[in-house]
Amino acid sequence: MNDKACGCTCAEEASEEELLARLDDVIADYKDKPGALIPVLQMAQAIFGYLPESALKKISLGLGKPYSEVAGVVGFYSFFSTQPRGKHMVRVCLGTACYVRGGKNVLEALKDKLGVDVGGTTEDRQFSLEVARCFGACGLAPAIMIDDQVYQRVKPTRVQAILDQYRNAEAAAR
Amino acid sequence: MPTVTIDNVRVEVPAGTTILDAAKQAGVKVPTLCYLKDVQAIGACRVCLVEVQGARTLVASCVTPVADGMVVHTNTKRARGARRTVVELLLSDHQGDCQTCERNDDCELQALARDLGINDITYVGAKSTRYVDDSTPALIRDTGKCVLCRRCVTVCGEVQGVGGIFPQNRGFATVVGPAFDLNLHDIVCVQCGQCAAVCPVGAITERDHIQDVWEALDDPTKTVVVQTAPAIRAALGECFGYPPGTLVTGKMVSALRRIGFDAVFDTNFAADLTILEEGTELLTRLKNALVDGKPVALPMFTSCSPGWIKFIEYFYPDMLANVSTCKSPQQMFGAIAKTYYAEKIGKKPEDMIVVSVMPCTAKKFEAQRPEMNASGVQDVDYVLTTRELGRMIKQAGIDFDRLPDDTMDSPIGMSSGAADIFANTGGVMEAALRTVYEIVTGKPFPFEDLHVKPIAGLEGIKEAAVTIEETTPEWAFLKGVTVRTAVAHGLGNARQLIERVREGLSTYHFIEIMTCPGGCIGGGGQPRFTTNETRLARIQAIYKEDEGKTLRKSHENPEIKHIYEEFLGKPNSKKSHELLHTHYHERAKV
Repeated sequence: MNDKACGCTCAEEASEEELLARLDDVIADYKDKPGALIPVLQMAQAIFGYLPESALKKISLGLGKPYSEVAGVVGFYSFFSTQPRGKHMVRVCLGTACYVRGGKNVLEALKDKLGVDVGGTTEDRQFSLEVARCFGACGLAPAIMIDDQVYQRVKPTRVQAILDQYRNAEAAAR
Repeated sequence: MPTVTIDNVRVEVPAGTTILDAAKQAGVKVPTLCYLKDVQAIGACRVCLVEVQGARTLVASCVTPVADGMVVHTNTKRARGARRTVVELLLSDHQGDCQTCERNDDCELQALARDLGINDITYVGAKSTRYVDDSTPALIRDTGKCVLCRRCVTVCGEVQGVGGIFPQNRGFATVVGPAFDLNLHDIVCVQCGQCAAVCPVGAITERDHIQDVWEALDDPTKTVVVQTAPAIRAALGECFGYPPGTLVTGKMVSALRRIGFDAVFDTNFAADLTILEEGTELLTRLKNALVDGKPVALPMFTSCSPGWIKFIEYFYPDMLANVSTCKSPQQMFGAIAKTYYAEKIGKKPEDMIVVSVMPCTAKKFEAQRPEMNASGVQDVDYVLTTRELGRMIKQAGIDFDRLPDDTMDSPIGMSSGAADIFANTGGVMEAALRTVYEIVTGKPFPFEDLHVKPIAGLEGIKEAAVTIEETTPEWAFLKGVTVRTAVAHGLGNARQLIERVREGLSTYHFIEIMTCPGGCIGGGGQPRFTTNETRLARIQAIYKEDEGKTLRKSHENPEIKHIYEEFLGKPNSKKSHELLHTHYHERAKV
């Protein structure tokens, strides 16, 4: 598995200070440009894997935008997350086809195996769980997606094996 | 100029006029909710929808400009139905009990429901989560009553340049508030209450201290005195149906006496005291800079407005040395009442209760700042806004119309016209100049009617310069010096002025800042709604009060002379510093 697929650029390896220093560079680039807030938030999320409070406060001060406005924009777009995301993003389709073919049961199994609710992240920061609407795989419903890999005709009993692939790849990499 | 027909009335209006304003001219009233003259027109609430002939959809009249030949119908079935739906949907998610709401009978949503004839809400379903933020001494925020009109967001962010609140989340989960469920106490809120002044409903209100004041009045062991800020007398009448700008000083004193205060005093007295203290401080700073070559923080900023103080503590903490160390008149009064006056009447500070009536919500915050206890106890116990005093007078069953005129008590109730004009933008500066000029030159203040015209009025940032041609021997170092002053009102303007000073684009000796647009007469605790016309009417009344007095300069006030002789010594004395001066501290911006 490609480690980068999680969308984070290796948050584990760099210290928070180093990441904040990278954010400083981004802010310096965008400081006086109109409409800078959303691109800076996107880049900050790429740097940290999510949007921690320290980053949001830095963005507010750096761009001279009220903290309330920064929070308002973060809260408006579902793309932004203020919670740490796992290394792997698990998305369960609950579009019409997947829903009627048991997507909900797959979701329940994932919740059970991961021990988190929708929107949550496992304690080892390996997996985050989200619900999605349609990957265009309706013919092979129910579908789930882990990072950019789609799994089709998933049954609740298959969930453990799928997750194990990622856990084993992780162990092998160590 | 385009000609439009609105409900069969033809009107000619300047290009760019909105349908809403054109309708007003045609004598047609279109209901509105999020719209607020001079503040916001964003077409968010959809209450002002009208039908334009040839247009596919209904349009929001507050943001749609007229076009030549446009035919508008405001009262069609479709327009009425749409408005009704909008208001019904708002009501279906409104968690207010009108009878117990502070805005009962003064609520735009209630009035809309009545005017649109809504007597049944056909939509039932989930309600938004209600959260009451009572974290500050000044304001209460109730999300259950919020209609998401965003007036407060515009006022806080654009007019005041603070940006404490903003729409958070999305869709049904939207709330207007600070970032991430924080409370007003935890953020850069300066508690100016401009949000409460523009809220159409009861979603942001002042924290009501009426009950505390009734309890103090009912306690036989307490001596309860009251002070009223200069801006109250030009606005209180509005609570009883008088037009803006009606002076009700005498009736106000009568009402306070009938409510049961043991003595009725005037914050104006302390405003005169402020001029002596602040004027002397300015002259001392100038002397240090010009004669002794000492490093001195100039320009000096006025310090009367507690919202402004909190603002500079958050946003420009590196300039706190520039702020006058003088307490505001409210706090000077409290300190004097619980020391000088308490001694005179043989009471201990802890047996006295000082109540203020202020046009301001930030004064509630200021009163409980931990450093405001020069008498050994909290110097000012309770602060009522103008609106609260109006309600209290009604609660007491007083017929305001029929009240006779009365006068303030002695020895801390007399004041000059210079103190009256503390109420409006430019007034503190003018009052200070009247005194400082005469102290330095020994000559009468040379302005017509004693008014410094360039710093009067509603322009956001104003300037005036006074050249000192002759001086008394003591102030010879100021001979030929041009004292440059600036005035800003509304914190957004204050921010612009400060940025100009910081960039070195302008240099001044003395700057007056008032938190609210128009100054205290436009304060967050004044009767609703304060438009620019209201501001001008109240300012005019204040100038009239000033001009009607024979005593118009702070340093000529005999009670002020007396308190220095008897108690304080001289301005900026050790005792003055203990009682009348304070310090400030930096606050985190996020």
